[in-house]
Amino acid sequence: MTDHAHAEAHGAGHAPHAEPNWFLKYFWSTDHKIIALQYMFTGMLMALIGGFMAYVFRMQIAYPGMNVPFFGHVSPDAYNALITNHGSIMIFWVAMPVLLAGFGNFLIPLMCGCDDMVFPRLNRLSYQVFLLSAIILLASLFVPGGGFGGAWTAYPPLSSTAKYNLTPMGSSMWVLAVALEFAAFLMGGINFIVTAMNARAPGMKAFDVPLVVWMIVVASLLFMASVGPLIAGAVMLLMDQNLGTGFYNPDRGGDPILWQHLFWFFGHPEVYVVLLPAMGIVAEIMTVFARKKMFAYKTVIYTVIATGVLSFFVWAHHQFVAGIDPRMANVFTVTTVLISIPIAEMCFLYIATLYGGSIRFTTPMLWALAFMAEFLIGGVTGIYLGASGADIFFHDTYFVVAHFHYTFYPIAIIGTIAGLTFWFPKMFGRYMNETWGKIHFWGTIIPFNFIFIPMFWLGLSGEHRRIYDYTNFPDLAVPWMQQLRIVSTVSLVVMLLFQFIFIWNFIYSMWKGKRAGNNPWNANTLEWTTTSPPPHGNWPVADMPIVYRGPYEYAAPGRETDFWPQNEKG
Amino acid sequence: MSTKTIATQRASMNIPTGRLAVWWLLMSEIVIFGGVLVSYLMHRLAHKEWAEQAAYTNTWAGAFNTFVLLTSSLSAVLAHQAASRGNGKRAANLLYLTVLGGLVFLTVKAFEWTHEIQEGFTIQSGGFWSYYYTAAGVHAVHVIAGMLVMLWVANSAKKNEDLHRVENVGIYWHFVDIVWIFLFPLLYIAK
Amino acid sequence: MILSLPSLSTFSGDIDGLVTLVSWLVGVWFFATQIMFFWLLWRFRARDGVKSQYITGKEPHLKRWINIPHTLILVCDVVIIIAAVRVWMKVKQTLPPPDDTIRVVGQQWTWTFQHSGTDGVLDTSDDVWTSDTLHVAEGKTYHFLLESKDVLHSFFVPVFRLKQDAIPGRTITGWFKATKTGEYDILCAEICGIGHGIMGGRIKIESPEQHVAWVQQHSVVADAGATMPSDSSAAVSAGATH
Ligand code: HEA
Ligand code: HEA
Ligand code: CUA
Ligand SMILES: [Cu+2]
Repeated sequence: MTDHAHAEAHGAGHAPHAEPNWFLKYFWSTDHKIIALQYMFTGMLMALIGGFMAYVFRMQIAYPGMNVPFFGHVSPDAYNALITNHGSIMIFWVAMPVLLAGFGNFLIPLMCGCDDMVFPRLNRLSYQVFLLSAIILLASLFVPGGGFGGAWTAYPPLSSTAKYNLTPMGSSMWVLAVALEFAAFLMGGINFIVTAMNARAPGMKAFDVPLVVWMIVVASLLFMASVGPLIAGAVMLLMDQNLGTGFYNPDRGGDPILWQHLFWFFGHPEVYVVLLPAMGIVAEIMTVFARKKMFAYKTVIYTVIATGVLSFFVWAHHQFVAGIDPRMANVFTVTTVLISIPIAEMCFLYIATLYGGSIRFTTPMLWALAFMAEFLIGGVTGIYLGASGADIFFHDTYFVVAHFHYTFYPIAIIGTIAGLTFWFPKMFGRYMNETWGKIHFWGTIIPFNFIFIPMFWLGLSGEHRRIYDYTNFPDLAVPWMQQLRIVSTVSLVVMLLFQFIFIWNFIYSMWKGKRAGNNPWNANTLEWTTTSPPPHGNWPVADMPIVYRGPYEYAAPGRETDFWPQNEKG
Repeated sequence: MSTKTIATQRASMNIPTGRLAVWWLLMSEIVIFGGVLVSYLMHRLAHKEWAEQAAYTNTWAGAFNTFVLLTSSLSAVLAHQAASRGNGKRAANLLYLTVLGGLVFLTVKAFEWTHEIQEGFTIQSGGFWSYYYTAAGVHAVHVIAGMLVMLWVANSAKKNEDLHRVENVGIYWHFVDIVWIFLFPLLYIAK
Repeated sequence: MILSLPSLSTFSGDIDGLVTLVSWLVGVWFFATQIMFFWLLWRFRARDGVKSQYITGKEPHLKRWINIPHTLILVCDVVIIIAAVRVWMKVKQTLPPPDDTIRVVGQQWTWTFQHSGTDGVLDTSDDVWTSDTLHVAEGKTYHFLLESKDVLHSFFVPVFRLKQDAIPGRTITGWFKATKTGEYDILCAEICGIGHGIMGGRIKIESPEQHVAWVQQHSVVADAGATMPSDSSAAVSAGATH
């Protein structure tokens, strides 16, 4: 501790803690809110990197061989490394840290009415391991041989054998980074689950917990129950790469398909791991701005649990044509198509929540509504892929790429921005600018559809994935297909330009925005009962909240105001 | 942080926070070992010839180690009993005994592996050996981690602090023990 | 036929039909959901003096609006599953007796094809190897034996709606029967390293007469009828050209 801080603490009489210095406060803090911001800012930085990669490889697809501004010539190996790391970054270093760790850390203690996570130091360690994993991943792009280019699914033998992938260092660092990231989220997950289970405010029963907390907890459970085999698998892959074992090597009694099972046994639950927090965020925002109680709150929770359970039995739908026993496909097509039942129910309940509401189209609400509308496109196109007979054709075409961007983009970008704009006043005590927010909204949503709708079309015409130059294939080089690729790329550039508005609005509002009170949206949940931003410890020790009712008591009959905070007596 | 976190002291589920966390930790560990073991079993069933490789493992060393681990679990239980009676000193001593068990286990393991490697059975010698070293190696890492945590817990238990941790580290140790009880027949006995 | 993509195998029509069926079944629900959504947004927009209602979701007259569609979706799901499984069984789980057999070998980063030659039997001395171009006859049922020499590849013929991954160390058997002549792309649909983006080939679907002529022109006429039990993988690598 510096002398200066010491003197200050002394001057303040008997302050319990000395004001920690800048480094201790922002980089060594155990405060869940600081850790949440660390995760969020790291994730947003990674989003910019992942978005930049998308820009570079989309330019190469649209204008093969061009010198991409701010990058240069894209060689085939650079192309592969770009898509691989784009996919990995967007899922593991953007969606996971921002949605699960960022919002999870920020919201769980605040919404459960406690002062911090149950294991604050484990929480700090979790972020540090995560940061290390991000650094290793980014460093892997610059090592001799270049970054790993075997796709985010890293199928062996390509990923396990240096003489095939030609990136011995890059691929090992990629596996190591992913494994460390998993370790970080295991620590985070234990914290989330135990905090939400055990550290709730007095009076807060399981069904008084806001949906977003429920969903983040179920997501953490899914993660922890599915990632283990892949951690083991990643260790085995590292050993195949570096110690000469043959777990995935058919010449030595191994089996390349084993990795696919381990990967997708995790990979499919993983998509719901990121979906659920976004759904939760949307639930909070929709109820607040429709001034409505959640339609059938308990049923929503049951659908979440049903989705989670089912998600463990669908993984082989990624492997229909991978050489598994064809009879297995019939089992997995049944489970896959049936997962539409809980998810359709969930979507319907959300939409029903709007019925009888008094809907205010603020920026956060616009993002939340856009999430619903766009996610439905991603969801229904999943059914095309889940129908095994059709997936023979669709597998690894751009139809799949379009499908998962219509799910991931609403989740990782739309849902995230919805949450950020909604809780921004709580995080920083100020509003973001509404006008700029709406300009950014339309400037993102419209180009977004123009980026990915063409991909459905191209996929239906046989365009396959992970190809740096389609002019090599006569049937795919026809002019109208190339024009669609250009439409997609140009829309991406337009959309990226609009992101500068968001970044500026965000940074400007942090210091210069209009001041917001404790409860700017007249919401019910506990985080709105403390100051904005909340102090270390969230509430005064003598005045920790006590809960009397559920989180969505809007427009309750016989009350003056149309909201009824969870901690209000009576 | 000098002040205690309020969240850590709450127990909405009426289960102490530490114990709840250990259970969840074990859940994620079970699926890690589950992944290794299911992979191994699927391959073992598909490759009859692995049985010949497995014939070279030293069943007696494995059996002795099983015995050592079971005994150390017993002392962990006794440590928990002592801790719940508030006898931190005795709990600490019993934990040291448990650590000693782990040490014996690792020593036997080290001799076994040296011998096998000298015989030419390395991790590269075939599918069975790859799984043998990986599964046992991952397990050994858990043994070492358990021993380190136990030393740390014993240190504070000695001063009658944080006695609830004695039970938690014990649960973890039983888990490590149970994993071995799966590994032993699969790697040593099935020939 | 899916948009602009020609439909040239006996099962491509089934797959297209399945896609159309799924489009109708999910499309109806998709549009119904979106229309409902936007209508509610407009109908219940905030207006002065109108308060929102207190609805818990237990009201039977409102729950109906969820439960009935939900049951109907389950019915749609069952229809989709049955249709999907039927197509799947036809393409992947049945193996009609072959008129001819070919071997398809993937390696970084080229396709090699082994045609059975004049005698119609694979692995004999009159086999014809080509790299990058596969010759087949229209109207004949082919079995293909799919192999890989290094990493995973995926044999993808869009006009047939046919796709199958190739796995090193295994031989996977599948089938197809072309219905029209023409020349189209063969793609590799599984990432296989730096050259994945150039790994393609062409399929030439010829009329039976043309095909016989092509085979006779390229088949090395060996001593009649004497089949040589040759080491197939050696033969393929000898035949592969880069
Ligand atoms: C968060 C992301 C996310 C989400 C939520 C989903 C959701 C779903 N996904 Fe998707 N998927 C991915 C991310 C996601 N997916 C990714 C990343 C890949 C590719 C990985 C790679 O190869 O790189 C992929 C690939 C993928 C495949 C493999 C394709 C292939 O490579 O061959 C399949 C196949 O079954 C599939 C199916 C589904 C299904 C059935 C759902 C369901 O959960 C959707 C359910 C929702 C609805 C159905 C909408 C709501 C319902 C209605 C409006 C009612 C009407 C519906 C009916 C009548 C059925 N997905
Ligand atoms: C969360 C997941 C996610 C997201 C958001 C995106 C976003 C985008 N993706 Fe990506 N993509 C994947 C996951 C994702 N992708 C995966 C898993 C693959 C498969 C990889 C593989 O094959 O191995 C893939 C592959 C992939 C391909 C196929 C490449 C190929 O097969 O050859 C293409 C092609 O166009 C593409 C394009 C894009 C584009 C244009 C965007 C744009 O939407 C990007 C726009 C960027 C931004 C919008 C960021 C802006 C940043 C801010 C505004 C800061 C604030 C940040 C937050 C609020 C979070 N992606
Ligand atoms: Cu071969 Cu891609
Ligand atoms: Cu999936």
